Amino acid sequence: MDGFAHQIIAGIATGGIYASVALALVMIYQATHHVNFAQGEMATLSTFIAWAMVEAGIPYWLAFVATVLVSFIIGVLVERLLMRPVQNAPVLTHVGVFIGLLLIVGNMTGWIFGYTTKVFPSPFTSSGPLMGGLISAHELGSTAVTLVVLTLVFLFFRYTSLGLAMRAAAYNPRSARLVGIRVGWMLALGWGLAAAIGAVAGMMVAPVVFLDPTMMTGILLYAFAGALIGGIDNPLGAVIGGFAVGVLENLAGAYVVGTELKLTVALAIIIGVLVVRPSGLLGRVVASRV
Amino acid sequence: MLLEVKGMQAGYGQTHVLHGLDFVVEAGGVTALLGANGAGKTTTLRAICGMVRTEGDITFRGERITGRATEDIARRGLAHVPDGRGTFMELSVEENFRLGAYVRRDPEVRADFERMFEWFPRLKQRWRQQAGTLSGGEQQMLAIARALLLRPKLLLLDEPSFGLAPLIVQEIFGIMRRIREESGVGILLVEQNANLALELADRAYLLETGRIVVAGPAAEIREDEAIRRSYLGY
Amino acid sequence: MSASENIPLPAGLTAAARPSLAGWQRGLLVVAGAVVAIAPAFLLESFQLFQLTTAVIMGLAVLGLNMVTGYNGQISLGHGAFYALGAYSTAILMSHLDWSFWATLPVSAAVCGLVGYGIGFPALRLGGLYLALTTFSLAVAVPQILKYKAFEDWTGGVQGLFLVKPDAPAWLPGELTSDQWMYFVAVIVAAACFLLCWNLIRGRIGRALMATRDHPVAAEAMGMDIATLKTRAFAVSAMVTGIAGSLSAVAIEFVAPDSFSLMVSITLFVGMVVGGVASILGSLFGGLFVIFVPNIAEAISKAAPGVIYGIILIAFLFILPDGFAGLLRRIAGRLRRRG
Repeated sequence: MDGFAHQIIAGIATGGIYASVALALVMIYQATHHVNFAQGEMATLSTFIAWAMVEAGIPYWLAFVATVLVSFIIGVLVERLLMRPVQNAPVLTHVGVFIGLLLIVGNMTGWIFGYTTKVFPSPFTSSGPLMGGLISAHELGSTAVTLVVLTLVFLFFRYTSLGLAMRAAAYNPRSARLVGIRVGWMLALGWGLAAAIGAVAGMMVAPVVFLDPTMMTGILLYAFAGALIGGIDNPLGAVIGGFAVGVLENLAGAYVVGTELKLTVALAIIIGVLVVRPSGLLGRVVASRV
Repeated sequence: MLLEVKGMQAGYGQTHVLHGLDFVVEAGGVTALLGANGAGKTTTLRAICGMVRTEGDITFRGERITGRATEDIARRGLAHVPDGRGTFMELSVEENFRLGAYVRRDPEVRADFERMFEWFPRLKQRWRQQAGTLSGGEQQMLAIARALLLRPKLLLLDEPSFGLAPLIVQEIFGIMRRIREESGVGILLVEQNANLALELADRAYLLETGRIVVAGPAAEIREDEAIRRSYLGY
Repeated sequence: MSASENIPLPAGLTAAARPSLAGWQRGLLVVAGAVVAIAPAFLLESFQLFQLTTAVIMGLAVLGLNMVTGYNGQISLGHGAFYALGAYSTAILMSHLDWSFWATLPVSAAVCGLVGYGIGFPALRLGGLYLALTTFSLAVAVPQILKYKAFEDWTGGVQGLFLVKPDAPAWLPGELTSDQWMYFVAVIVAAACFLLCWNLIRGRIGRALMATRDHPVAAEAMGMDIATLKTRAFAVSAMVTGIAGSLSAVAIEFVAPDSFSLMVSITLFVGMVVGGVASILGSLFGGLFVIFVPNIAEAISKAAPGVIYGIILIAFLFILPDGFAGLLRRIAGRLRRRG
């Protein structure tokens, strides 16, 4: 029974990572109706930046904050330089640009930092077992960080006027312009935020999976699955979906298929959700009267 | 002069809809823009707001705004209730209010909220409700309130009567009369329902296939049987 | 389906309606093409010839992708999966059952076509971005599926399978090396597939495919069976890419899970964009590009091909969205106007 409880808790810990990446995906989807296939590679690059800073002797939390800021700027730049020029182009062009970005960022990371696997430090350590050995210090700490980030994002969108403007720009860009919102910048800001959230996810997962240029590929798949379960245009759903697939993955890995088919499980969830209920299990139907 | 338009041309893609429009809107009071379907009324409003490709001279409060971004034009005090109302359906009435006043930094926003409740008491009852769940009339009210919260000098209204029951239309035009008296905002009103619009308006322009064919005080146009027969059809 | 005869040609398609060539001109073209195709076998060093062989194979694989993504607008980022399926079908039949390469081809084509047809069904419901997302996930998962223990007896697991190139048949004049013969095999199979696709595209079916891509609502209103069209497009596409996979298995004489990573799917996508979306000939350019450009780039660094791919891909999307083929079309058009 302890084993089962541990699987659930470990699932929640990784689920937090998936939830963060899923949220990043959904944020960009909501604003632009595109899925950022390079989200994983961008997060990996961020994590490498953090690693380089820690290696250079910068204290962990300082490196953490600096990485989040740098990632934010990278996100904004990507939107301004790559996405903006093609904003009215067909879907195929967008997908192509995302793939190009994936290639550039992913390979640049390998080029700069090398392909050998690196150990990434965890800021959370403990001397004794926690909760009777049910959870490791890093699992507890990273779950806490994830929850803090998700709460901050929620508060930002719910209560600040900038957050409201970003939502307005995502829902209805034409009307947003009419109330004076600079929609282009809202998109860039959304990209920045998504990149920053991805960076946090990367830094939290790196101590578990170890750091290498392809670290996030599998995680991106689970984030897709989480986002789809929650409904791809529903941020809260994406978060819940992320946690759900984390638990699901851990249980399936422990009791059903083993760890060899982890990616296939994600694929199965994706296809299953899309075929059975494309709007997501928590998909929101906007009530509307004419 | 609040808004001065000279030789305005606009269109979509290769198609020209407006062929050199000249007109003015005075500060305060209501100017009506009338015409049949496809005459170019909606396009005129869009052109003023920079929502379509536009040429010519559009001067708003002494500043040329042709070719400017829609959001910059809005920030200069020009509000627009477009066709389809431009309401944020997914957001609550409260959030739509907040967005209306998004660019304002003055402390009177709260007082303006109260003013809107006075004009549109129904919206206060719907405060926390998702805008998409409101009735058509309430949505139109919300759209007008949202636009007024910008504290505009000029308000563009695209067919506020569209798709609404006659009683509701009466109610909305009644409120607009109050707004005209109490707020001092200039209104450029596009309407299908010419009779209704001419009752409210001070001046009117008649648009036919992208050209202005009649201009003058609303009262005169309303009395002119020839114009009424040939252009307004009643 | 007869309604599709009356579909107005979408812009850009009119290029297909070139002035038709006289019979002798056409004959000359065929002869010239044959010479260009045959000559390298006797002019190139064996390694260069091998590279050209793989370029032809990649061109065929890109053609498969183009059939569904270019001509039918269904974005697939996972065609590497069909490439892998074709390669493994041939490899398993050859190494476990001692089939000859030629005998495996129809089986591989049938398997890939069927699986493509099967995937076409959920794809219909997904459409657009969801399809891209699902196929992307499929591409990521492929190596893991190939490594799976339960299939290990057949797939060879992580080790993969070894096989041998077919020898040149004895009745052929002259002594062809196996590399030369392999090149001819690739060219013959690819030529057959290109011809098949070209026939499909320039006819009624091609117009219907493009109509459902450009004006889905109008196409449906005209009575086209969009569902059937899309699933069949997927099947043909998977079949063509799968055949390319079969060829690659024998040309390389080896299949292993890690040769079928996400990069294969991405490479095909890059080849399609660079060669020319919705262009038959462009697919061949794409194949040449994806084989020869990385070779040059690899001299700089292991990571360089990826980075350069990415930059070139984005540059094409920004500057030349219709690829090499589009560039050639434009140049040809300009020359014709001048002449």
